[in-house]
Amino acid sequence: MAWEPRLVVIACHWCTYAGADLAGSLRYSYPPTVHIVRVPCSGRVEPEFIAEALRRGADGVFIGGCHFGDCHYKEGNYKAIRRFKLLKRALTDLGVDPDRVQLEWISGSEGKKFAEAMTAFDAKIRELGPNPMKGGANV
Amino acid sequence: MSKPKLAYYLAGGCGGCDIAVVDISEMLVDVALAVDIVFWAPTVADAKYKDLEAMPDGSIDVGLISGNIRNSEHEHIAHVMRSKCKVLIAFGICATNGGIKGLVNLHTTEQLLDKAYVNTFSTDNPNKELPQTSCVVDGKYELTLPSLMYARPLDQVVKVDYYIGGCPPHYEHVKKAFTALLSGQLPPPGSWITMGKAVCEVCDRNPVLKGKPKKFATTVKRTIDGAPSEDGCLLEEGYLCLGPVTQGDCGSKCPAANIPCRGCGGPIPGVKDFSLRAISAIASMLDNEELVDQIPGPVHLFYRYTLPSSFPYKRLKS
Ligand code: SF4
Ligand code: SF4
Ligand code: SF4
Ligand code: FES
Repeated sequence: MAWEPRLVVIACHWCTYAGADLAGSLRYSYPPTVHIVRVPCSGRVEPEFIAEALRRGADGVFIGGCHFGDCHYKEGNYKAIRRFKLLKRALTDLGVDPDRVQLEWISGSEGKKFAEAMTAFDAKIRELGPNPMKGGANV
Repeated sequence: MSKPKLAYYLAGGCGGCDIAVVDISEMLVDVALAVDIVFWAPTVADAKYKDLEAMPDGSIDVGLISGNIRNSEHEHIAHVMRSKCKVLIAFGICATNGGIKGLVNLHTTEQLLDKAYVNTFSTDNPNKELPQTSCVVDGKYELTLPSLMYARPLDQVVKVDYYIGGCPPHYEHVKKAFTALLSGQLPPPGSWITMGKAVCEVCDRNPVLKGKPKKFATTVKRTIDGAPSEDGCLLEEGYLCLGPVTQGDCGSKCPAANIPCRGCGGPIPGVKDFSLRAISAIASMLDNEELVDQIPGPVHLFYRYTLPSSFPYKRLKS
């Protein structure tokens, strides 16, 4: 069977998850390779979650949170971007393709943006191919 | 009752952990009297591998291994130690997480051999001779050397019963660990032997212990940039200190000497991946995202002692 990517999308409950919901109700289509995990806030996302998804075989991990100023917990997304940027710097230096992990702010009214972001992410990961770190191994 | 039997093996380490045991000084005499040291190679006792191999399985009560697993000899003796010892302890951060010597995994074997045997200022090796895994001397004597492998912590090779962090473990901690071992007061197998507190919790610089809030870092500094205050938190002042996520069994020795903690004590309880948690903790304590770009060499900071045991489990390419 041809390889199909598995994409883990960690979405904050208040914005990106609501955006995904809206995409559904408005019938915007996005790839079936997307598996959404709901978290209370993007500030809840530990680098370990991203690593665990990649270790267990996700081909790409996408974090979605509220725009600055909109975070339900005020500063969660500021913390999320600092962690995310630092993780990405370290992973890039260690030979992981930086495009395998992405972060974007998508609000509850941006159903279209959510569908477009998923389509673009799916295309990007198809271009990169299967995750070589599956099973926690070699880079 | 016969004395408990103890074995110690130094694998891919520097011998510093052996010294940490010797450093418990007066207590060592008691320990030496209380236990029967059946094997301590290659540093202290005159015992050969074949002596260890000849001992019955499970006949040694406690085995300690320091250093990481870096070649075929380390790997073989680690397996022998595992079958001979009832309790096996990864002793020091090289054995528990790969250690500073685990940073070899950032390079290729060729690069490392070239650096060590050819390309250093003080090396005179015009024919670029490199160590071989076997050679014949005088046409008849075959000599062999173990083959190099990527660095691994002990538990990627054999089952480990207990972990003791530190580079090397502080002798006060070694004393406590030996007391626990000799009195049989050990945590459940698979645990770290630790008091369970972070370096921050025993640090005299910690503002929280003085009833003040911990502030975000508004700059990023290297240790060579200026000097920290007498008693302020190094992390608040921009010196990236890993005290929040590191076990403080050393008693917070580095911050007491104006040096930020680099994480040699190992992960605080509950943390599986030290490097990723350190990234998370430091990023959380920075005032803004621009500061992230100012951190020089994140890999050498956050993976310094834990590269082989932290995602993405970097291995040396040959
Ligand atoms: S943990 Fe430190 S002191 Fe112990 S063997 Fe490794 S490098 Fe040496
Ligand atoms: S971050 Fe470092 S200096 Fe600050 S309290 Fe913790 S251990 Fe001490
Ligand atoms: S302060 Fe940190 S780096 Fe220094 S000895 Fe203690 S655990 Fe190791
Ligand atoms: S609640 Fe959405 S990012 Fe914090």
